[in-house]
Amino acid sequence: MQLTLLALILALLTLIGFMIGRSRAAASVGGRVAELHSVPSYHGVYVALWAGLPALLLFVAWTASEGWLAMQLVLSALPERLTTGDGQSVALLKADILNLAHGISTGRNSDPLVVEAARRYAGFRDLAGWSLLAVGASLAVAGLAWGRHRIGPDLRARPAVERVVRVALVVCSLVAILTTVGIVLSLLFEALRFFSVVSPLDFLFGTHWSPQMAMRADQVGSSGSFGAIPLFAGTLLITVIAMAVAVPVGLMAAIYMSEYAGRGVRTWLKPALEILAGIPTVVYGFFAALTMAPFVRSVGEGLGLDVSSESALAAGIVMGVMIIPFVSSLSDDVINAVPQSLRDGSYGLGATKSETIRQVVLPAALPGIVAAVMLAVSRAIGETMIVTMASGLTANLTANPLQAVTTVTTQIATLLVGDQEFDSPKTLSAFGLGLVLFLVTLCLNMVALRVVRTYREKYD
Amino acid sequence: MSIQNPLKLRPRAEDRPGQRAGAALPNKMTARGVTVFYGAKQALKGIDLDIQENRVLALIGPSGCGKSTFLRCLNRMNDTIEGCRVEGRIALDGEDVYGKAVDAVQLRARVGMVFQKPNPFPKSIYDNVSYGPRIHGLASGRDELDEVVQTSLKRAGLWGEVKDRLREPGTSLSGGQQQRLCIARAIAVSPEVILMDEPCSALDPIATAHIEELIDELRANYTIVIVTHNMQQAARVSQRTAFFHLGEMVECDDTEDIFTNPRDERTQGYITGRYG
Repeated sequence: MQLTLLALILALLTLIGFMIGRSRAAASVGGRVAELHSVPSYHGVYVALWAGLPALLLFVAWTASEGWLAMQLVLSALPERLTTGDGQSVALLKADILNLAHGISTGRNSDPLVVEAARRYAGFRDLAGWSLLAVGASLAVAGLAWGRHRIGPDLRARPAVERVVRVALVVCSLVAILTTVGIVLSLLFEALRFFSVVSPLDFLFGTHWSPQMAMRADQVGSSGSFGAIPLFAGTLLITVIAMAVAVPVGLMAAIYMSEYAGRGVRTWLKPALEILAGIPTVVYGFFAALTMAPFVRSVGEGLGLDVSSESALAAGIVMGVMIIPFVSSLSDDVINAVPQSLRDGSYGLGATKSETIRQVVLPAALPGIVAAVMLAVSRAIGETMIVTMASGLTANLTANPLQAVTTVTTQIATLLVGDQEFDSPKTLSAFGLGLVLFLVTLCLNMVALRVVRTYREKYD
Repeated sequence: MSIQNPLKLRPRAEDRPGQRAGAALPNKMTARGVTVFYGAKQALKGIDLDIQENRVLALIGPSGCGKSTFLRCLNRMNDTIEGCRVEGRIALDGEDVYGKAVDAVQLRARVGMVFQKPNPFPKSIYDNVSYGPRIHGLASGRDELDEVVQTSLKRAGLWGEVKDRLREPGTSLSGGQQQRLCIARAIAVSPEVILMDEPCSALDPIATAHIEELIDELRANYTIVIVTHNMQQAARVSQRTAFFHLGEMVECDDTEDIFTNPRDERTQGYITGRYG
């Protein structure tokens, strides 16, 4: 309530600040705008920033610390017998206070002291809200007045505004980086918990994957075995099949589109191929499970082969089809970026079109094509849904594409589906797998970048 | 189609006794009524031009006058441009190059081309030069290929500078060296005619002097057509000059006559720098 009000007031004051700044800047030189150091709208933004920014910063700092402050105040007033104890009982006490303050019953008769504390907590929060409103609004008004006061022909409003904009840009890029760091850290800590239970060597080099753990001491049959080799092998197998489909088809399609197709064909062919990239992977998944897998099996049986109904081949082929647009679209772009002068040079020597493409265009486009393929590999390794639906969950250690295999991502998904206990190695193993997956794709991307940089030719 | 031995030299035209520059030499190529459209836009209007054997013909004229377009008609490079239509007759040794029996790919092996901007392939120096002989199967075996590469680089005046670094990428050379590499690459196919589209416009004066010297030497064995914006260059390297203006060929004569005694006042205006 108070927050909404404050946001409205701030928005209004910023707008007013902009108007005032602009008109006052023009008025200060009697309308001869050319005499100002910065154009009037920069003065407007300058005043608006003074009105809005300090109050906004206060608002952020306040919301970040207010709840904690109020809780400390309330706790310090409680008798010591309640606030001392192990971490869990204090956390419980805090949760009770919070719930009561928000009018949620704790489901048991609470200590009157705690009820009183909750009442005081709610009071604090309410008071804090109103005082934030008051302080924020006055800060905004004061900022507006100060900004307005500074306006004059010599005010360097543009550099000041641009400095603020630059800081804002830096903050935005930091958000992306910090998020990545946060994700990596959370992955790392959970994985470390897993590795404290299961030895990394057993995990990385064990050949038996069976993550079911005994829940009770007397349960039999589920001992839990975390050898991830079958998963890595399965991932590798499916990725290889997928790339065997996607790279030749995608590359040929790209060559056709960029070198042979006329403009008319190209304008509809390229978007049509890119539609493939827009199909949700779960749709590919049931195409693989319901159409491709039975087809592979019946063909295999026709040839007298023993094909399981969920096969790596079916999943790999469908995944390859899914990846074709990545390869073709990116390769098409890099082939188009090869300068026409190289093609002309080759034609001028009496080379045919196919000689030119094979010996001049493709080598020149190679770094980009390698990058496209690497991206496609990352995509294939990370793909979950198709394998889950078409190739199953059986962790077979096999190189036979006609058998069911499972992949790292599929296992992660199954391990974390539904209610899970977070102290069991079964659940935690998902983070171990995630960490390995992250490291592998990171290495792939770095290699791809290195290849691209080493072989890049500079064309201007 | 037979391709000549790259090492076989023909006598230089001037060395033959009793011949003045510009006297009747056999025509290597002839153009009659050549008209070119890019879509609806007419770029050339009925060009008649004779290209004499073992001579350098310079095409000069202001930008957009159609001289590059004409050059690209001679080896059918315009085929690769969408919407380009060529009418009229262009003959190489009396045979219509736009005839049904002629394959543009084979034609370009006989009529080679060097471009405005040096465009070495992203390959080694050796592979750049051996590219043409390889695709045309001109050399059987490694030794023969080595020899063609060496001969071509020598003729292009580049051998001394690159003989120790044949495996380095062609793009690592300087601009002038790259252009000589492109000339070596064109020579390696043993063409009969070499077309040069402003070959020095991206080069510094010293590299330009190198290339001009080279053109003068190459004329002994090849027929050369060069497009240039630089009139001093045309005067230095060519024996005959054709002046193009707004898609027409205004006049074509011995270079000396064009520059000292032009018949058309448009030519006079251009060479004296009144426009262009």
